[in-house]
Order: sequence, then C-alpha cells, then structure tokens
Amino acid sequence: MPLLEIRNLKVEFDTAKGPFKALDGIDYTVDAGEVLAIVGESGSGKSVAMLATMGLLPDSATITADKMEFEGRDLRTLSAKERRKVIGKDISMIFQEPIASLNPCFTVGFQLGETLKVHTDLNGRQRKERVLELLRAVGIPDPEGRLGAFPHQMSGGQCQRVMIAMAIACQPKLLIADEPTTALDVTIQKQILDLLVKLQQDSGMGLIMITHDMGVVAETADRVIVQYKGRKMEEADVLSLFENPQHSYTRALLSALPENATGDRLPTVSDYAEAGGFQ
Amino acid sequence: MSEPILKVRDLYRTYDIAGGLFRKATTLTAVKGVSFDVERGSTLAVVGESGCGKSTLARMLTMIDAQSSGTIEIDGLPIDISKTGISKDMRQKVQIVFQNPYGSLNPRQKIGDVLEEPLLLNTDMGAAERRDMALEMLQKVGLQPEHYGRYPHMFSGGQRQRIAIARAIMMKPKLLVLDEPVSALDLSVQAQILNLLADLQDEMGLTYVFISHDLSVVRYIADKVMVMYFGEVVEYGTRDEVFDNPQHDYTKTLFAATPRADVESIRKRLAAKAA
Amino acid sequence: MTKTSPVDTAAVETLKSESRNATRAMLAEFWYYFSQNKGAVIGLVIFVLLVLMAVFAPLIAPHDPDFQYRDSFLAPPFWEEGGKAAFLLGTDAVGRDILSRLIFGARFSLFIGLVVVTIALTGGIVIGLVAGYMRGAVDTLIMRVMDIILSFPSLLLALVLVAILGPGLTNAMIAIAIVLQPHFVRLTRAAVLSERNRDYVVAARVAGAGHLRLMFKTILPNCLAPLIVQATLSFSNAILDAAALGFLGMGAQPPTPEWGTMLAEAREFILRAWWVVTFPGLAILITVLAINLVGDGLRDALDPKLKRS
Repeated sequence: MPLLEIRNLKVEFDTAKGPFKALDGIDYTVDAGEVLAIVGESGSGKSVAMLATMGLLPDSATITADKMEFEGRDLRTLSAKERRKVIGKDISMIFQEPIASLNPCFTVGFQLGETLKVHTDLNGRQRKERVLELLRAVGIPDPEGRLGAFPHQMSGGQCQRVMIAMAIACQPKLLIADEPTTALDVTIQKQILDLLVKLQQDSGMGLIMITHDMGVVAETADRVIVQYKGRKMEEADVLSLFENPQHSYTRALLSALPENATGDRLPTVSDYAEAGGFQ
Repeated sequence: MSEPILKVRDLYRTYDIAGGLFRKATTLTAVKGVSFDVERGSTLAVVGESGCGKSTLARMLTMIDAQSSGTIEIDGLPIDISKTGISKDMRQKVQIVFQNPYGSLNPRQKIGDVLEEPLLLNTDMGAAERRDMALEMLQKVGLQPEHYGRYPHMFSGGQRQRIAIARAIMMKPKLLVLDEPVSALDLSVQAQILNLLADLQDEMGLTYVFISHDLSVVRYIADKVMVMYFGEVVEYGTRDEVFDNPQHDYTKTLFAATPRADVESIRKRLAAKAA
Repeated sequence: MTKTSPVDTAAVETLKSESRNATRAMLAEFWYYFSQNKGAVIGLVIFVLLVLMAVFAPLIAPHDPDFQYRDSFLAPPFWEEGGKAAFLLGTDAVGRDILSRLIFGARFSLFIGLVVVTIALTGGIVIGLVAGYMRGAVDTLIMRVMDIILSFPSLLLALVLVAILGPGLTNAMIAIAIVLQPHFVRLTRAAVLSERNRDYVVAARVAGAGHLRLMFKTILPNCLAPLIVQATLSFSNAILDAAALGFLGMGAQPPTPEWGTMLAEAREFILRAWWVVTFPGLAILITVLAINLVGDGLRDALDPKLKRS
C-alpha cells in the first residue's frame, strides 16, 4: 500500500475573472522511503496539490478527488480534529521562506518544544532532551546555546535547519518540502539538500520535493512528476527522465537549461510549444 | 579587443551602523578595493552569494549610491556623484535592470508612461515622438503595441522583465547593469530573456555588467567573470580561465555546490545511494 | 522636418481604446472585490440615498425646515395617538416638521464630512509625504508635533480650538479637521516609508526624477489605498464630532437644522417627547454606520490589490 495516494485531484479557485482551474485531474502516489520530485514552473500548480492534501488552501478553493488516502485513511472524510492529528505528526511540511515560517516572537527552543508538546506526551525534561537531539540531527552548531536564540538572530540556512528539525520532530512518515532551498545561497542549498536526503534515508520516510529547479531534482529525486498548467506532463524515474525524456515539454525544459546550451541561442519552451503544443 | 568602456579603480563603500544604547557605532565595508575594466560590447559577470557586495557595486555603477572612495569612469566620464552630482549626460551612459520584475515597475503607471518617463525627464522630445519611440522599444523587446496602455499587473513576470529592459534602453545607454535579471523567472522564461539580452547586445553594441549567483547562467552569457566574497574580488579572469581552472578556494566551493543536472552525475548519485 | 510617424491616426485610436480598456478592467476588478462584501454594498446604497436626499432636499421635504406651525407644538409621529399625517415624524417644541429638518440636516452633515475630510486629507498627505520622504530631523519634528495633537482627547481639543476661534459651523469644521489630521499624517508616512525603497522608486530616480516628482507622482499614488479607507472612516468621525460640537452648542447655531444641534435643542423634552431626540440620533447612527460599512468594503477591495502588486 502506498503511503499517500491521490487520484484525479482537481482544484479550482474563485477569482475576479471567474473560476480558475489550478489542478486538472492529477494522480500522485508516494511510497515510504521514496523521494518524489514535483517539478514545474510558476502556474503549474505544483504547490497546490500538497497544500490541498494538507488542508491549507483558502476557502475560495474547491477541491475534488476520487481518492485521497494517507496510509489507507481517507483524508477527505476526516474531521478537522482528526486531520490535525495526522497533519503535523504523520505528514509535515517545510516552506520556501525559512525566516518567515518561524514565529519571530518566540525562541527557537520554545517553538520546537511547542511542536513536541502538541503531538507527543513527553514531559518538560524529555522535551528539552529531544529538542537538543533534533538540533544536533540537523547540524546546528552549539545547540544548547541556540535554544534561546530568536529567528532573526540566525541566518536563512540555520532557520531552514530549524524548520526541518521542527518538521521531523514527531518522526513523520511523509515530509513535504516546498521549494526548500529557493531562497538560499548555492553553498547553503547544497548543505540543506544533503541534510534532507540524509534524514530521509536514515528514517525511511517519504519525501516530496516541490521545486522549479532541475538541478535540485537531479541531486535528490528517485521519481519525478513534471507538471505544466495544472496537468501532469510526464512521470518517470529520475534517470530515464534526464536520459530520455518522453514528453516534449520535459525536453523543452531540459534544453532551456543554460548548461545544456549548444548553439548561440537557448531554445525556449515556446519554440517547442509552437512546434507541437502540449496536450 | 577594443578599449575599456568602464574603468573601476580601488572602489570602496562603507556604511555607518548607528550605535544604540548598548552598542557602539561601527562601520561596515560592503565593497573593499574593487578594480576592474570592462571592454566595449562585452559582458562582465559578477558572481557571489547574498551579502558579498555585488548589489552595492551595482548601485554605485548606476549612480544610485555614491562611492566612499575610489574612481569609476564610464565612457571617459568620471563618476563621483557625492562631489559633482548627476548630469543628464551621465544618466544617458548607464542604466539598470533589477532582479524582481514585480517590484521594479510602478503598479499605478501604465507601460507607455513607464517607458516614456526617462525621455520626459532627460530630453525635450514631443509627446508624439516619445510615443513612437516607446512603441519601437516595445517591439524591440518582443511585446505588442497594444501593451502600451496596460498596467504592469496585467503582465507575467517574463513580460515585466522585458518592459524593465525596454525602459533601461530607452535612453540608448552605453552600459547596462543587470542585477540578477533572470533569477526571479521560470526556467523557460529565463532562456527567452537571456536570448533577448544577447540580441540587444549585438544590435545596440551594449556593454553588460551581469550580476548573478547562478553559475550556469554566468557560464552561458559572460566573457569575463569576477567572483566576489565578503566585499572582495577573489577571482577575476576570462570565463574559460575561471571555470576551467578556478584558483581561489571559495570559487572551488561554489562550483562544487552547484547542482548538476547531467545524466552522469545522477547515475553516480544513484549508485552511491544503492551502495 | 516632415518625419512620418510610424503610427497613423487609426493606430493611435486603438492605442487609446486599449488604454481605456485597461483602466476599465482595473475598475471592474475593484468592483468585484468590493461587491463581495454585502455590508459594504448596503452601506453604499444607503449613502447614495443620503446624498440624493441632501441634493434634492427642497423637492423631497414636505415642509420648510424653519417654518413654525403654531397649532402643533410637539406633535407626535403619525402612528402615535394625536399624530398628524402632515407631520410624518412629528414636530419639535416650536412646531417645525422633524422630517423636513432631518432631510435638510443631511446637507449639513455631508457637507461637514466632505469639507473636513478634504482639509485633513490634503494637509495630512503633504505633511506625511514630507516626513516620510525626507526622514531625519524634519521627520522627527513633524511626528512629535503630531504625537502632541494625538495625545489630547479629540473632542476636548476640538472644543478648545472652537473656544479660541469662536463657535460656528466653519470654525467647528476647521477644528475637527485639525484634530483628524495626525491620523492621515501617520498613515501617509508609514505608507511612504514602505514604498520609498521599492525598486520602482529607485528606477524612477535612476531615470532622473526629481524629489517632487518622486513624492507626488511615483510614491503617492501607491499610498492612496489606506488613505482612501481612512478618509471614509474619518468622514463618519467628522459627522459624529460635528454633531457632538453642535450638541454642546459649539458647532452649528440654531436654528440651523444640523443633526447635533437638533439634539441639543431637544434635550429638555427627552422625557416628554421621545421623537424629538430619537430621529436625529437615528439619522446620525444610520449615516455613520453606512459610511463605516463602505469603508470596510473599500479596505477589502483595495488591500489585496496592494498585496498582489
């Protein structure tokens, strides 16, 4: 049984210009111990699917799916209270802006402790132990000293490490990372990606990487879903995607990478769109 | 190669950080003794991570901020705005394109007015002449004449960046400073903008100072590369010199950290994972 | 020089119509978000009715607001015992028709609101722009003065100002405008501070825009949204304050049919004739409520726009 299974997911937003289809019937499955990358450009709906799963979309969104199961439990029929139990404990998420994702009013140690308080029944001393252990696991130097630090006293990379610590605090079975390194410098990006992959391999959780960066996909994923304008263009394991892309959109994306440039000009996606169009 | 159009010698920029009740006032040096030349019609890429001083450098080159010491010379014209102020002449030499196309266009200004503003302020062209030129520029950057009367929020990120580029070249500058012009854009749009920049360079003989953190883009577009680290230049040379044989440790770290999207490295990674 | 323009007149026409379409699309989007808020639409309808009532007061009002009907002092509304159909909402202590006075009173209230907001808004925008744009000592000086004005209870300060200037509607309006001004100054300054370092302002500077152009043409239009909301809310505040001043005898003087003044005149009849106080009070309540609802709707319609751009 897959960890997360979604069939025919559709999401529509109400806007001033009428309903907008963000997702048009996409299937997702993630197994335990697998890294799935969802790739797409802005407007492809790559974040919407996971936000819908987490129940984090605004009220203006209409979500329908034929099937939406996490470990065999139907997420669609869960009450708000039951959903909260699953989300945050078994599924957790990290976001693009690490500094904005942490509450600026509280210390890092307090925020991590709060997460544990809500989802576990550890006592105060055990919680502190666990917080230190987590900070150590995500590679924060001098964790004891960092407990009392506020988010603004740390760099973006360190904040993202804390976010990751918070996300794995309850040993989730599925971690969703939404553009986790987009706001970070290249050298920090490398460290964060390595950390995520290491944590994933150590714990055997499922990991969904949502990204627009083909480099990040190549460095982390086992399996890849390529999305464009709310539809799935291609789904393949990472090696065959890069080696032998089936869909013309994937080919267009890969050839638009400057490092793959062959001639004077970069081929653009619209060159391909004009040639055949994407179905 | 032709003569340098931009000469920068021993450029410094310091910021005073005001002291508080419990803190002493300090100074922060954002750019420490930078010197370089850029030849007419070529592209210099400035690479570095956030806080390395590359944006401060861009602001000094485009006369937004004054330098603390050192000299800048653009097309034979010395630039030191704290002493001489900015003349219309100086403004016609250099223009800038910003990183974020969503922030760099006034949301309450129609595209036509955006494009005509530099002409209105610096030349004595008539309204019809300005409009003709704005329409010509729209076409040049790949937009339609009917976009002239629209507001910025009706455009996508890539189109907005085209508009920002059109505004920058309205005055026919010699030097264009591009501050991360493609890093906020999608991959496919990024390719279009890079192509556009290359076309404009050929057509108008522009010289670019291209600021970026993305090494793959730099490798594609640059003639010369300058790597900055904490305000200092740690590596400066032609593209091939820098990419094939980096000297400084930081440059090497930077190259090692850049994700690789080729089949070989994926295979290697999967093999390492399976083992 | 006979340079032929690449765009002929027909093309210029299409350009102009494109430009008009863009403006229209902006307005349509604004209306969509505004109309999502039902309360705001109701408020707007009431407000429009009030304006129409004020404009056509001589046509609508059944009686002259100042004419005293000697045979019917304190006549109750028509549905009460002893009420007359001629005086729908009854008459006051000197026999004037309350409905007619209320209808004419709407003119004064809306006029007060308009004048006060215009004065406060203009002054507030200029001072706030200067403070936010210049920063430094100018900013500190202006803001401390505004803090001092804000530290007084607003009605008390207005009373003091009226006492200095002398009672009367004009002076009351000036006093209220001065009291309301600091809110606009602060709001403008805050908006300017957040806008002045945005890239588009820097871009305009690089293009060669001077200080005045940057302040009024580049920055100000982007600061208007919160100011419009504050202006509507201040509109109702002004009406309320003017009514309070009128009630205290410091605003419009009798026999002006201003709502606050009407309340003040009726003070001694509160127990005997409830209608002389209830209806002016209700008129104030409904007007202020309607305008505040519109203000909320404007906030909904303008705020997301700011976030999007």
